[in-house]
Amino acid sequence: MLKKGWLSRLKDGLQKTSEKLTQNIAQVFTHTKIDESTLEELEDILIQADMGTAAAAQIIVKIKKKAFEKEFSRENVLETISEEIEGILRPYAYPLEILPKKPHVILMIGVNGTGKTTTTAKLAYFFQKQGKTVAVVAGDTFRAAAIEQLQVWANRLNIPLISRHMGADPAGLAYDAYQEAVKMGYDVLLIDTAGRLHTNETLMFQLQKIDRVLKKISPEIPQSCLLVLDAMIGQNTYAQVEFFQKCLPITGLIMTKLDGTARGGVVVGIAERFKLPIHAIGVGEDAEDLHPFHPQDFARALVGLKDLNS
Amino acid sequence: MFQSLSDRFTKIFSGLQRHGKLTEADVTAALREVRIALLEADVALPVVRDFVEKIREKAMGQEVLSSITPTQMVVKIVHDQLVEALGSETTEINLAVTPPAVILMAGLQGSGKTTTTGKLAKHLHDKKHKKVLVASLDVYRPAAQEQLKILADSISIASLPIVPGEKPEDITKRALKAAKLESFDVLILDTAGRLHVDETLMDELKSISKLANPIETLLVVDAMTGQDAVNVAKSFKDAIPLTGVVLSRLDGDARGGAALSMRHITGCPIKFIGVGEKVDQLEIFHPNRIAGRILDQGDVVSLVEKAMETIDKTEVDRLNSRIEKGSFDLEDMATQLRQMLKMGGVAGLMKMLPGMGQLKDKLPQGGVDDRAIKRQIAIIQSMTPRERRHWKLLNASRRKRIASGSGTSVQDINRLLKQFEGMSKMMKQMSSLNKRGLLKDGIKGLFK
Repeated sequence: MLKKGWLSRLKDGLQKTSEKLTQNIAQVFTHTKIDESTLEELEDILIQADMGTAAAAQIIVKIKKKAFEKEFSRENVLETISEEIEGILRPYAYPLEILPKKPHVILMIGVNGTGKTTTTAKLAYFFQKQGKTVAVVAGDTFRAAAIEQLQVWANRLNIPLISRHMGADPAGLAYDAYQEAVKMGYDVLLIDTAGRLHTNETLMFQLQKIDRVLKKISPEIPQSCLLVLDAMIGQNTYAQVEFFQKCLPITGLIMTKLDGTARGGVVVGIAERFKLPIHAIGVGEDAEDLHPFHPQDFARALVGLKDLNS
Repeated sequence: MFQSLSDRFTKIFSGLQRHGKLTEADVTAALREVRIALLEADVALPVVRDFVEKIREKAMGQEVLSSITPTQMVVKIVHDQLVEALGSETTEINLAVTPPAVILMAGLQGSGKTTTTGKLAKHLHDKKHKKVLVASLDVYRPAAQEQLKILADSISIASLPIVPGEKPEDITKRALKAAKLESFDVLILDTAGRLHVDETLMDELKSISKLANPIETLLVVDAMTGQDAVNVAKSFKDAIPLTGVVLSRLDGDARGGAALSMRHITGCPIKFIGVGEKVDQLEIFHPNRIAGRILDQGDVVSLVEKAMETIDKTEVDRLNSRIEKGSFDLEDMATQLRQMLKMGGVAGLMKMLPGMGQLKDKLPQGGVDDRAIKRQIAIIQSMTPRERRHWKLLNASRRKRIASGSGTSVQDINRLLKQFEGMSKMMKQMSSLNKRGLLKDGIKGLFK
């Protein structure tokens, strides 16, 4: 099967968002001119894309300045919205970079079911393609078959998996994995962790312990701590980022499940509020379905502008 | 649970309470807040519109304006509307069919289907005394079938042996056959997580549904789901005959607006809620209690029910009669502390108590944790029975002895005793409240 380019895959992924949003916006602007009630409806549409009331209001204010009581074509309004979104996202879009000092340790964290393990595997593949040597650590020693799940991925990608039995202390495992990574000279060490609700203090302490144990080796380890966010989840994403950031120094975000969902707008508000880099997005279940975060493509695809293919 | 929503409402209505009378402007202002609150709680927009309009219609009526206590009326209208929107009554799981009763679990990736399957199996086994077989049809995600098997083994529930490479439809047939032959009462089919826009997998789900002919088809939805809940609900509803919804991860903070959306869009009752990672943390959904929780009226009924499950009945009776009499000693306190631990610790209890939404933010971060409770139990255990009954006996030297006996300090003992005094005062207040009928009539009593 011919693999499509990543841009069109991103487009496919965001197509549903686009269609929905475009359809709604089209409805608004074919029926009425840009007055208060139109703006209100437009705000509702953005809210429906999970942008949240604050971020949506901000965009509406800008639209109002530019377009209020004026003749505006649909393309122009879409353009303006997409530019606004892009403008908000741009300062926070930079790729995940690997420092020269080996091994570069990446700690993967997040709530249950956001796709940490899959994203861990995708990242392993991403670095592997760059010619780096990668090892993955099955730090989710809690959930049934989590270790097996990562094992299957490690086999597929033909990379080493460092694991212990179920129920083992993930902090101890992380420490040993680091020692092994040093011994074997791996470039990148990806540590998967168990999903946990950010409100579960005990489990958050456990996460801190992993970080603490690694920092004992050297204060700059882990060099990256990535929070995996699920695009399906609405405004609770704010609480997740806030709580995890309180617990650990997060260095970046990855948003998953942007392939089928009609949403993902929460990223806009998140970027603005927490000023955390968004490294990548997940748009499928295969190893290659992880892409760098491009604010322009993201914003344009989000509002359904056609020139994504070019 | 639903904390944000209840925080919001509490703020709105404490604003209303400052006014003597409810004006039209008040209603409009309150409704604007209700709208924002619901949107921020991730209730889907169409549902929000509907909800707000219904409240407006009712609140603007003559009834409210001529009422003596307009605030209470608005609270009641919002409460009633919430209950209605959530589905007015509890709907139990339906197993009324010639065994095996087939339950099909469906949902997106990461919504918690497999964990819920395990929880449901345990629930049906423990509470309904059913012989349950579980089978995973997830041949896509690595180790998904193993996950269910391990989970089932850990709670002594039978699971269908895994045959590598078998297709979901074939697993279904084999599971049905096994369930019949080995006379299981219930067969739970755990399907793979799928996107609602993935046509191939949705078709597969349809064919599994036709093949299995389930009496219950439950859609498992993450309680944190955003606006897309509408699309998910619609797609699944159109594909297969849904009979109910399970909301997972309601133990997290906030939101849970998905509960309102799912009910509204699918028209199916929410049957269960997942409130933790442990296998027994599945609860039956009670719409009126949740509505009460949203309004921060507390969830006294849930609290009592949970207490009944975890607490020795005779102990409860003994305690209740002591509380009523207003006599409450350190032994009772220790019993209570132990029960608190059993019921999910401080955090678990706080969520269920009325008014805690506002209080929550004022508490120091991590100020009360379960280790403190354990330490307090240790202190009380280091006292003699006589000391536990008559705390005033505790002079400096006795306190010193207790401190060294329990591995704490005299300050800890002092703090505990102060807390005990506070508690016994509260118990007295509660017993007088009880006589006023608040606890007897529950939340409804407030609106009389």
